Amino acid sequence: MTGTALLFLVLGLGLIGWIAGRARAAAFVRSAKNGPRGTVNSLPYYHGWFVAICAIAPALVFMFIWQSISPALVTNMVLSAPAAADLPQEGFARAAILSEARAIAQGFQTAAFQDESEKLVPLYKGALSYYKWIGVAATLLLLFAGGAYAFTRIKPDFRARSKVERVVMFGLLVASLIAILTTLGIFASLIFESWRFFSMVSPFEFLFGAEWNPKSVVTPGADNGYGAIPLFWGTIFIGAIIAMIVAIPLGLMSAIFLTQYASATVRKWMKPILEILAGVPTVVYGYFAALTVAPAVRDFAVMLGVSNAASDNALAAGIVMGVMIIPLVSSMSDDSIAAVPNAMRDGSLAMGATKSETIKQVLLPAALPGVVGGVLLAVSRAIGETMIVVMAAGYTANLTANPFATITTVTVQIVALLTGDQDFGSPHTLAAFALGLALFVTTFFLNYVALRVVKKYREAYE
Amino acid sequence: MSEAIMDPTPTDWNGKIMQKRIARRYAAERRFKVMGFLAVTLSTLFLAFLLFTMLGQGLRGFQRTEIAVDFDFPALTSGTTAAAISGPNADAALNSMDIPGIVELAISQQYGEISEGLLTSGAAGNVRQMLMDNPGLVTSQQQLWLPVDSRLDVAFKRDGERAAEQTVAALAQKDALRTGFNWTFLTGADATDPSAVGIWAAFKGSLMTMAITLMLAFPVGVLAALYLEEYATKNKLTDMIEVSINNLAAVPSIIFGLLGLAVFLTVFGMPRSSALVGGLTLALMTMPVIVIAGRNAVKSVPPSIREAALGIGASPVQVVFHHVLPLALPGILTGTIIGMARALGETAPLLMIGMRAFIPAAPEGFTDATTALPVQIYLWSDEVNQGFIEKTSAAIIVLLIFLLGMNALAIYLRNRFETRW
Repeated sequence: MTGTALLFLVLGLGLIGWIAGRARAAAFVRSAKNGPRGTVNSLPYYHGWFVAICAIAPALVFMFIWQSISPALVTNMVLSAPAAADLPQEGFARAAILSEARAIAQGFQTAAFQDESEKLVPLYKGALSYYKWIGVAATLLLLFAGGAYAFTRIKPDFRARSKVERVVMFGLLVASLIAILTTLGIFASLIFESWRFFSMVSPFEFLFGAEWNPKSVVTPGADNGYGAIPLFWGTIFIGAIIAMIVAIPLGLMSAIFLTQYASATVRKWMKPILEILAGVPTVVYGYFAALTVAPAVRDFAVMLGVSNAASDNALAAGIVMGVMIIPLVSSMSDDSIAAVPNAMRDGSLAMGATKSETIKQVLLPAALPGVVGGVLLAVSRAIGETMIVVMAAGYTANLTANPFATITTVTVQIVALLTGDQDFGSPHTLAAFALGLALFVTTFFLNYVALRVVKKYREAYE
Repeated sequence: MSEAIMDPTPTDWNGKIMQKRIARRYAAERRFKVMGFLAVTLSTLFLAFLLFTMLGQGLRGFQRTEIAVDFDFPALTSGTTAAAISGPNADAALNSMDIPGIVELAISQQYGEISEGLLTSGAAGNVRQMLMDNPGLVTSQQQLWLPVDSRLDVAFKRDGERAAEQTVAALAQKDALRTGFNWTFLTGADATDPSAVGIWAAFKGSLMTMAITLMLAFPVGVLAALYLEEYATKNKLTDMIEVSINNLAAVPSIIFGLLGLAVFLTVFGMPRSSALVGGLTLALMTMPVIVIAGRNAVKSVPPSIREAALGIGASPVQVVFHHVLPLALPGILTGTIIGMARALGETAPLLMIGMRAFIPAAPEGFTDATTALPVQIYLWSDEVNQGFIEKTSAAIIVLLIFLLGMNALAIYLRNRFETRW
């Protein structure tokens, strides 16, 4: 019986519990109307939910716990068998054999690469099915015990509703806590793997080294090619400079035109069209940048007389990324301009200023904090963007300000480092997490500042 | 006070200097307006250019070039009867027929020395399917149209290699080539030969991933939105939840991929590049979007509804689940669809959890190794073979149609069900 089948069985039995509980409570309601016993506290379906929850919840919690502890139990059982005695004692080889044998026994893998794991497969199969049936039996036992207990509790004066509502409130709280859990999970996994990385490569080299050429075997103290400065520079150059040179004027001017000049009809049609730009998947932008924009930029560079223009140049990636960001800048500017009190604009117009003078000298200065907040959000979006740079910018680290050269970014290198063999013991793989940590901290900081600025500014005019 | 205010001579608005100044100011006004117009036009033109480029290249991806091959089945199969390859044993009978050999023989008899490499690798499979569908073919002489090799396909549609061009010219003279609709592209899976690839496997993988994402992100997102808007008291924990959600909504997607790799694959040991792990990772990414949209929708339900329900004796939970949630649902659904559209186009997190392998078959279950539509686009875009360019663009067209459809549905829902209180 697979986990999915067991899950459906549990849910099905819960449904039966729901029906049974509801029917029993409904019977009370009927007899309460005729007899002298007074009214029933809760509606019948609350009793149904009470039974269903009492039956399902413990079973599900047990299934979840069992899912996480049973692999260890299975491994213990396999290791205690005599056939496992001649396994290599060295940790890594041992773990590799065990995980391969497990994968074959579970059917994820068909053939073994190591002879030792072949022998362990039947052992694993036995242990897996042994513990699986224990798990199934215990789950069903818990389910029936919980259901029966709840069923006996159903009485006319039983406060089923408040019990069920308490569970609902608990469920709501748990759902909100998942957000915190995710943040913590991101933080913990990045910190943990980065810490392992920095125990091999010095943080000083990572943060201040100017040469990125990662070696898979590191020697402590020496230069191992893990200097991330070229990556940071490339990320800033493409995401925060080139992309913003495209996105800020276009986005800001679009917002000004659509809110201040365009007629209602034009606005109604143009706004969704701009939104489409934000809805196009980044992989499509990346393909477009690599296939169409990059060759055009290179031809342009050759025309200008730049001889060493690369086909995977930074400019193409930056331009396309800027276009992707336009709607974000535009809608944030739109919001902040709309938040400026009308009195300020009317005052300026009444003094005889033209529309553009009003916009340039009154509206924009007043809306500046909001616009800056929007630009910060846009920068954070751009430096975390992956597919455009993976497809259009290059893989070679290059500390240059030449937009026609190949420049790599943090996200490109994360993808490059995690391609192929992933080995959580090698600095190659772990470096990706260190880069991820740097990216996460930077975007977190940018978002925090941006939201702060926008919020402060909104309050100023409220 | 100052001299200027006391100055008795009024400004001469009709004077030359002032008129010039006004003309200059009006010119600046016009320039500014034109700049704004250009900004909007430029953005729109870029979008149009992108879409037309994709359409121009991609439409060819839905077509394939076919070549006429004469099959003298009675001679080639030494007299197999229609009855032998129909009925319940058809599969085994067809397997024992050596169809690739038959196809090779037929094409070398007809085209002689140029027959080498004319057909795509999947051609034998096509013949097999035709015989399966219509066993009667096997007793007669037939002319079948089979898809050609990708080099010839490229050469027939536009410019290809010189050798392929010559072959195509020779074949076209014999009237042996035609253009047909590429059904394989809609029903097939990834392959090494671009004329035999299809997107069904990737599409199915995307659907399964989205199913997991929706099943997890929607309930959690809605419940969290209800809790934060309706019940949460202002305290440290609530603040932390809010900061987390706002931050998660802006975390780069690749970070979620790293989380999926470190937690779901390494700690929990879930199967690599499966729809299950992909769905879980994307659910974490989509959930904050749904929470934020859900909170706005819940917030827009007027308090009078809640007070009326409380007034006739509903409990706080009943108020929310019987009254507030149904009224907020259209807004929540709009946000959910937009979040799901974003997840459908997402590539980077899926690459992190290993969805970049060559997988030549559609996934059967949620734990099978699979690929997704955007990942497939990325993988094809990396291929050197010229034939993949049009396939990549064609896959992009399919993806864009789905995304635009989802966004249009969201807009429709918003317009149709949104209530102005």
